[in-house]
Amino acid sequence: MNPFAYERASDAVRAIAAVAADPDAMFLGGGTNLVDHMRLGVAKPGRLIDVTRLPFDQVEGTPDGGVRIGANVRNSDLAAHPLIRARYPVLSQALLSGASGQLRNMATTAGNLLQRTRCVYFQNVDTPCNKRRPGSGCSAIGGYTRYHAILGASEHCIAVHPSDMAVAMVALDATVEVLGPSGERRMPLVDFHRLPGDAPERDTVLQHGELITAVMLPALPLAAHSLYRKVRDRRSFAFALVSVAAALQIRDGTIQDVRIACGGVAHKPWRATRAEETLRGNPATPEQFGRAADAELAAAQPQPGNAFKVKMLRNTLVAALQELAGVAG
Amino acid sequence: MDALHIAINGVAHDLKGVDARTTLLDLLRDRLHLTGSKKGCDHGQCGACTVLVNGRRINACLSLALTHEGDAIITIEGLAQGDTLHPLQAAFIEHDGFQCGYCTPGQICSAIGMLDEVRRGQPSHVSGDGEHVELDDAEIREGMSGNLCRCGAYVNIVAAIRDVARQAPES
Repeated sequence: MNPFAYERASDAVRAIAAVAADPDAMFLGGGTNLVDHMRLGVAKPGRLIDVTRLPFDQVEGTPDGGVRIGANVRNSDLAAHPLIRARYPVLSQALLSGASGQLRNMATTAGNLLQRTRCVYFQNVDTPCNKRRPGSGCSAIGGYTRYHAILGASEHCIAVHPSDMAVAMVALDATVEVLGPSGERRMPLVDFHRLPGDAPERDTVLQHGELITAVMLPALPLAAHSLYRKVRDRRSFAFALVSVAAALQIRDGTIQDVRIACGGVAHKPWRATRAEETLRGNPATPEQFGRAADAELAAAQPQPGNAFKVKMLRNTLVAALQELAGVAG
Repeated sequence: MDALHIAINGVAHDLKGVDARTTLLDLLRDRLHLTGSKKGCDHGQCGACTVLVNGRRINACLSLALTHEGDAIITIEGLAQGDTLHPLQAAFIEHDGFQCGYCTPGQICSAIGMLDEVRRGQPSHVSGDGEHVELDDAEIREGMSGNLCRCGAYVNIVAAIRDVARQAPES
């Protein structure tokens, strides 16, 4: 690990100013990804500003029925919170499907959003990778692609975002609150993570020195009827091959409203807007669920090593919707 | 900033000159010579380094020591009361919950944290959204998935944890 200076932040504004003024500085959250990257040589910050003691550690219900999640709330605490379990079960389930008990006790909400891809070529500093070293090439294309993207990838990068939590939050219309050197801004979480395009080194739209302070979940009554379904190579402590976060509201057999996001398939949590459009106002039948999945997957461009994911995501999406609708296939 | 005030197994330490790169695991093993916590993968994947920080289990290998200012750490060395083993230590011996023993300190610290999580009603991927978490074998296996045993003593590890959970039912 390269030498670095460590500082424990007690004031958000000063911490932001310190990072903004130093191109080699980074914020430190739970450390589960960043400390590993520093050991691997993937990240080489000269200065770490530990923000875990800043007072962004509450989960609070808002007057309009939403929930505000502090950036430092640990994944295990968020998953167990009564408001999350009651109003947004998909989020609790997504968190609990990720990592291990130890890691969930360490990982923060903001850190979970900012974790980086587990693409083996990104994490191995000996192989070319456009995300780690822009312009060096993509070793995944033509390589081992079992865990790579089938939607929204580019010729420069086919990595996927690894978070389960973020997939549920994107389905829930979450908003990210960010504090930076020039003040506060908010953006929909669906716009927070980027597609790779020709700049895969940038995972998000966050500027250097900007700090996530909270994630806002809006009031979303249909989210009380939601679930997270994850397919992986082993039953626990594994990243998704594909995953689906879904919420569904049906009246008299007709889909009133729906939210769907998919994980393990793109450089960002993939909001399935085409599938949602195909479902709203239509009958809640397995056939319609299949049409919705097909509409979303029409744009899929799998690699030779992950073509199975197209059918796997279709099946997972249909199964998730069937479970929510209570209809047999 | 290289000073660190930290309590390890109930003993307060006032440390100076802690290199920022030092993980909690390296601090325990190399500086304080508490070598019970093991370095397996050093990437948070095997759980051999699991310790309890303020009562919660974490991977000490992924945690920088200086982030633990003011924290109370419990390691495998802090569990027995004199010659009286912690119930989980005794149960691992009773059920032969190990072969080489390298993963055992992490398994036991992790199990203590996991049982406490269950007592506090924390849900899991297996238990779902129910109010009551039943500590059956599937629940134990899910809760312990962050601890690998290359000898494959899982059946006996689960038996040891199940035994202790039944001795001390949820209050």
